[in-house]
Amino acid sequence: MNIKHSKLEAINLDAYYGDFHALKSINIAMEEKAVTAFIGPSGCGKSTFLRTFNRMNDYIDGFRIEGQILLDGRDIYTDDVRVDELRKEVGMVFQKPNPFPKTIYENVVYGLRIQGIKDKKILQETCEKSLQQAALWNEVKDKLDKSALALSGGQQQRLCIARALAIQPSVILMDEPASALDPISTAKIEDLIYELKKDYTIVIVTHNMQQAGRVSDHTAFFYMGELVEYAKTKTMFTSPKDTRTQNYITGRFG
Amino acid sequence: MTNSEKNRRKDKAFQVFGIFCTFIGLVVLAIFLIDIVIEGIGRIDWDFLTSLPSRRAARAGILTAWAGTIWILVLSALIAFPLGIAAGVYLEEYAKKTKLSNFLEINIANLAGVPSIIYGLLGLELFVRIMNLGGILLAGALTLSLLILPIIIVTTREAIKAVPRTIRDGSFALGASKWQTVWYQVLPASFGGILTGVILALSRAVGEAAPLIVIGALAYVPFVPSSPMDEFTVLPIQIFNWTSRPQAAFLTNAAAAIIILLLITFLLNGIAVYLRHRQQKKIKW
Repeated sequence: MNIKHSKLEAINLDAYYGDFHALKSINIAMEEKAVTAFIGPSGCGKSTFLRTFNRMNDYIDGFRIEGQILLDGRDIYTDDVRVDELRKEVGMVFQKPNPFPKTIYENVVYGLRIQGIKDKKILQETCEKSLQQAALWNEVKDKLDKSALALSGGQQQRLCIARALAIQPSVILMDEPASALDPISTAKIEDLIYELKKDYTIVIVTHNMQQAGRVSDHTAFFYMGELVEYAKTKTMFTSPKDTRTQNYITGRFG
Repeated sequence: MTNSEKNRRKDKAFQVFGIFCTFIGLVVLAIFLIDIVIEGIGRIDWDFLTSLPSRRAARAGILTAWAGTIWILVLSALIAFPLGIAAGVYLEEYAKKTKLSNFLEINIANLAGVPSIIYGLLGLELFVRIMNLGGILLAGALTLSLLILPIIIVTTREAIKAVPRTIRDGSFALGASKWQTVWYQVLPASFGGILTGVILALSRAVGEAAPLIVIGALAYVPFVPSSPMDEFTVLPIQIFNWTSRPQAAFLTNAAAAIIILLLITFLLNGIAVYLRHRQQKKIKW
């Protein structure tokens, strides 16, 4: 498949949890300012793979990788890469909305605060801008000082997206961002993804075939730690090359 | 008799037995409380609280004892609080799961069960003799800090464990370091639980007489301590001293002092319960 400008790239990537070989020589390049979906049955390694791009697996005892992950052509696993700098560039949204037990405002500006930014004007402007980008501003603008835990699940998830946008990343990783949400909230998240890809490179893990079909430009199918097939989403869903892909997307397993 | 009838009877029998067991503890406590209150409540007045100890029971007060108890309480809290929390945070958030950390964990749990008089002997050797402090407030507070440290470490770890992994992930994903995550997320979210543990540990320390007697705290102190370097007594020692006297009037004094000690303990426990309750209401994961 032709990639115009590759933002993220994995080269001969192997990953292990102790003795378990979780990812097997993955090679993939992901288009800038596009949505790439990872699909595959549970335990196929897609979430593990997603988490290698912001090194969230680093804290897991016994986890190690071989091979390279490139962000803008630069290996992010070399010793001179600072993980906090990397994560400013590569934001992440999790499966279950995980707002901090603080106010809505403090949730959004947390990423700036830990960078040491104290200027109130910058914090407030960023807060408003990020919430607007996440299509949440109108719903929360009058209660920024209220606890984020009082929001609905869908609002919480958009808050988590706003929080990730506030530190101006260029990549957003989404690990099944709508799987814990109702259909209406899911639709809002999907609309949001469509908007965000104008400015951001998005990688989304999903269990929902229809969702992958709706939001993504490219789709990668993982099975038992291998990247089985990677193609334009339309191509993959209409004429999959591999029988395993075909079986999966037609719902025969998984 | 059918089987189901038998089962129902067993059920009933256990219920009655269970109620009985529950009440044994309560009844004993109630009898003790009533007995103490009847004996001592008449003795409590302003003079009793503000008088220095005396050889004559009617003139003796507990000013030095409760002042000593408050001193010990505050000093122990100041010493054990930061140490215990730091150790708990280290073990839970930083320590790799190695044989060494396993060994440490088991021993901290063991320490929580060591009899308090052993801590007294440790305090005597370490603080009174080797550090040459003598039987002063600071030595007593250090000894009791050792005593409650394991409890604080264990409850801190439990409170920290209750903070969901997803909160840490959220913080890390925004570029926070481990320390920032602990400081801005984990500690604020678990603070209520930690504080509850600390207060319960302190309420245990308040009741200790043995380790303080061992390090040389005095029963008769004719002045209110004004610095950590002063000699001191505490309520339990005063009570112990009075109950060992033959005169009935001193037993009344002891009962009155017990009421004050119980009030302090209940107050601490009440604060702990309140904090836990408030924490649970504030944060629902």
